[in-house]
Parts: sequence; C-alpha cells; structure tokens
Amino acid sequence: MSLIWNEKYECMPRDELQAIQEERLRETVNRVFYEVPFYRRALQERGLGPDSVKSLDGLSKLPFTTKDDLRDNYPYGLFSVPLSEIVRVHASSGTTGKPVVDGYTRHDLGVWAEVMARSLTCCGATKNSVVHIAYGYGLFTGGLGAHGGAELIGASVIPASGGHTKRQIMLMKDFGSTILACTPSYAMHLAEAMAEAGLSKSDLKLKGGLFGAEPWSQNMRSQLEARLGIVALDVYGLTEIIGPGVAVECPEKQGLHVWEDHFLPEVIDPETGKQLPDGSYGELVVTTLTKQGMPLIRYRTRDITTIISELCPCGRTHRKIARFVGRTDDMLVIRGVNVFPSQIEEVLLRIAHTEPQYQIIVERRGQLDALEVQVEVSEQFFSDEIRMLETLERQIQRQIEDVLGINVRVKLVEPKTIERSEGKAKRVIDRRQL
Amino acid sequence: MPIKQISVFLENKCGRLSSVTRVIGDQGINIRAFSIADTTDFGVLRLIVNRPDETLKTLQEAGFTVSMTDVLAVEIPDHPGGLASVLELMQDAGVNIEYMYAFSAKVSKDALAVFRVENSQVAERLIAQKGIRVLGGEEVYNL
Repeated sequence: MSLIWNEKYECMPRDELQAIQEERLRETVNRVFYEVPFYRRALQERGLGPDSVKSLDGLSKLPFTTKDDLRDNYPYGLFSVPLSEIVRVHASSGTTGKPVVDGYTRHDLGVWAEVMARSLTCCGATKNSVVHIAYGYGLFTGGLGAHGGAELIGASVIPASGGHTKRQIMLMKDFGSTILACTPSYAMHLAEAMAEAGLSKSDLKLKGGLFGAEPWSQNMRSQLEARLGIVALDVYGLTEIIGPGVAVECPEKQGLHVWEDHFLPEVIDPETGKQLPDGSYGELVVTTLTKQGMPLIRYRTRDITTIISELCPCGRTHRKIARFVGRTDDMLVIRGVNVFPSQIEEVLLRIAHTEPQYQIIVERRGQLDALEVQVEVSEQFFSDEIRMLETLERQIQRQIEDVLGINVRVKLVEPKTIERSEGKAKRVIDRRQL
Repeated sequence: MPIKQISVFLENKCGRLSSVTRVIGDQGINIRAFSIADTTDFGVLRLIVNRPDETLKTLQEAGFTVSMTDVLAVEIPDHPGGLASVLELMQDAGVNIEYMYAFSAKVSKDALAVFRVENSQVAERLIAQKGIRVLGGEEVYNL
C-alpha cells in the first residue's frame, strides 16, 4: 500500500463523500447567489433561488460558466468575497489580451495546499523528502501551488523555479532532492542536460516526479522513469479552478483521481451540454465545492476525457478521469503556457492593420516545445528592402513574445503557402508526438 | 529618369526561383538584369525586364507578392576607379544607397549598375552633372 496523505477523506466511503459533496454544493450555490451578481442573474434567469439545489441530481439544472464569462467579469467580477479577504491572485493567459484571474482567500490557500499535499504524497513525498520545484514561480500557479503542498507535508522545499538548467542539476545533486515537480517537457530537458553533463540517475537521489501543466504521453513517462529513476505521475489543474491539484494519478497510473470533496466533476456532451454517464468521453466540467475567493459553478474546462468510476486498487474512493484526449477549442499548451491562436492573431492585426494569413507550427525540438509562426507576406507590408522585412519579422516576434511570455520564431512565407482546407486556413499544426 | 524594377518575395526553398522565371518566360518577357538578396528564410528577387507593367500583373496573377520600385540605371566608366567615382558623388551629397547591383549589356562598352537610393532625383542630377550617363527606361527595357 502506497502512502496516503489524508486517508479519512481520500478513502471515504462513497455515500459519505456524496453527502459532503451535496452539503458543499448547496453552500456554494447559496454563496454565489448572494455574493456574485453574475451568478444571481444566471440562476434567476433559470428560475433558481439560493436553495434550489438539494442534491447532486440538481446539478444539471445549474448554468455553465465559460472562459468568456471570466473575461467579461475581468478581473474581480466573479469573486464572492471583498478584496480585503483575498490574500493571493494568480493568472494565466486568456483567449485574448486579458488574462484569466483567480483570487484566493486564506482558506482557499489551505484547500490548495491540502490537495497538492495529497498529490505530492501520491508520488512518494513525505516530511523527509527534499522537494525540488522547477515550475515557474509567479502569476503562473505551478510554482507556488506545488510549494504550498510540499510545505504542508513538511518536506524540505527547494523553490528553484524555472530556467538555469545546469544550476538546477547542480542543486538537485548537492541538495539530495528526492521529488521533482515541473512540467514533463522540462523534466525531459533536465534528463537530457544531465546526460550531457555526464551524470546518470545514480548521481541523484530522485524517487518521484509530479509533472503537469501540459499534456504528455505514456512514452514520455517511461522515458522519464527510466532516465531519472523515478515514479512519474501526472497532475492536472487549471488556474480558474485553483491551479495544479484538481486531479492526480496514484501509483496505479490508471487515471487521475479528482479530489471530489473539493471539486465536483461531470462530463458533458460539448454540443448539447447534456450530462454523459461515467465511461463516456466528453468535456470535463468542474464545480468548486469549497472555494471562497472565486467559486465556479459548472466550469467548462474544454478538456476532453471520461470519468472512471470503478474502484481503484490504491484504496482512494475518489473517481478518476482518464488522460485527456484533446480539447474542444484551439488552445495549445506550450512549455506549460496556454496559447490561443487568437492572441497571435491580435498581434498580427495590430502590426499589419489587416488580417494576414498565418499558421502556428508546434514542434518538439530536442525535449522542448518550439513555436513557429509563419506569416504570409502580402503586398501591404512587402518591401523590396531586406532590412525592412527583417525589422517586420523582429517586430512580430517581439510583440508575440510580449503577449505569450514564451520564445517564438517568426518566419515570413510566400502567399498561399499556408494550407487551406475548404477556404479556411488551418491555423495550427501540432507536430509534437505526445 | 528612374526605371522600373520588379521585386518578388521568395521563400528560400527549392524551385521558387525557377517558377518565377518560368511564369514570366512563358509570357515572352525578357529579363535584362536581376539580383537576389537573401536571408536564412527568405529572399527578394529584383528584376529589370523589357515589359515591367505586364510582369507585375503576370506575377500577381500567379500568386506572388510583388512590388514595383524606381531605380537608377547608371553607366559606370569602365576603368579602374570608375565605380568609386560614382559612389563618392553620392557619398559627398549624403545620398544613401539602399542596394545596388551590376550587369552588362551588349550595347554598351561600359558596365551598367542599378542603384536603389534614398533620393533618386538628387542622385540623378549629381551623376548627370559629372557627365555620367543615366539610362532611361526605354533604353534599358530594349537592351
């Protein structure tokens, strides 16, 4: 039997868990009805009052929340407490210029630390562990999210943040790090850099890795486990809901347990919005059950998965979601950063004053994702002076980098080189073998 | 008198140059001079042809990004220091040269050079004052 952080809750009988969920759902609906004007309107439009949901069966009556709703209520419109109660704000990229914001009360940070403590424990973290966190620290939820969980466990936390790969390897070696938390592609990059430096897994003391913030494959898992000598597990989360720690794989590696006492999962048909039975693939929808800062009702994640309700041999009773098979929108995750084609489109519109044809090509070069934006040169911005074209290329590159916060390569291409299907250009080519 | 130059945007990939030249060759258009400026990813092909307006239209219809630019065609005295003397004229007058390229023609015993400059009127006047010939459009197109 592997380690479990909070056996009482993680292994709670289903009926008890369900009773807790129902009570918390009632509280959440009540809270948003009185405290969030957006939700009060949405509930009233459906003829629902503050106490209209009595059980989990009533969930399907509730309205959905979408990323557009977050944008329309940017930045604080969906908070259910005054700003004086908010102790932390995180953000990630939205579909256009404005980011997606989440605000946390002190209680919320406690919930987050709890679910991340459970998640880190899955990959073997204890108070004796040295947890090396190479997720970026900052507005991005990865770094501070993992940090809170590791501290709650009582592990020795190394807040390394991202970048400076050689130095990270030195720190992991010298500090005797046993648990690594970062994006899976950065973990691969670290493994690669270790090999280049002539180091092998026996030079390090790593035992477990908790990787997330981007999709990765079973093949990458095998490689990471072999090269770093670890158990590598997938952690899922999104800024809107709380950050990493919404769901995590247990050592059985047969799906990610959703921490159901805090996050209520459903899978729906993305076209009709109808709930689908466990086992069917559809869009994951999450309702927060304990969040105070920004509670969300039926948030549409756009991630496609299915709910696995069979009991897990690990002993945890929380239902699992399968590894994601795609998205219902065009969001890309590149080096842990959410990228929407519309963000790149905005930059091009600003520079060219017209909508140029463009294509985004994502490749994995070595172990890291590389983003290339190809822009067709139309006569409006064609100059026969190379200098001007190069300036244009650099200007596009800099502005996209400013918006996305990651490096891109911009390439000017001839008109009509970008593949069009039925007159509509294919905006994204993802060549990564995930 | 500036002459008309056709510029074409080309990606650095196999077959692009041959396809431009084929398209205009099929229209019976003759190339008088050309040069290519390139970077890692792309290049700009610059052409002097016998029928510039028709070339512009033909290439646009074939889907290329094309522009027409005014350049000066100058007869460069064919002796050591010939080019230097022309360039010094422009330098003294503070006229910036964006780019230039040379070509030869059967009709002239001197070398010919195409200049793209910041201020072609000033450059043309300076050159002419020194007795150096600037060729007119018809002269170049019909070489």
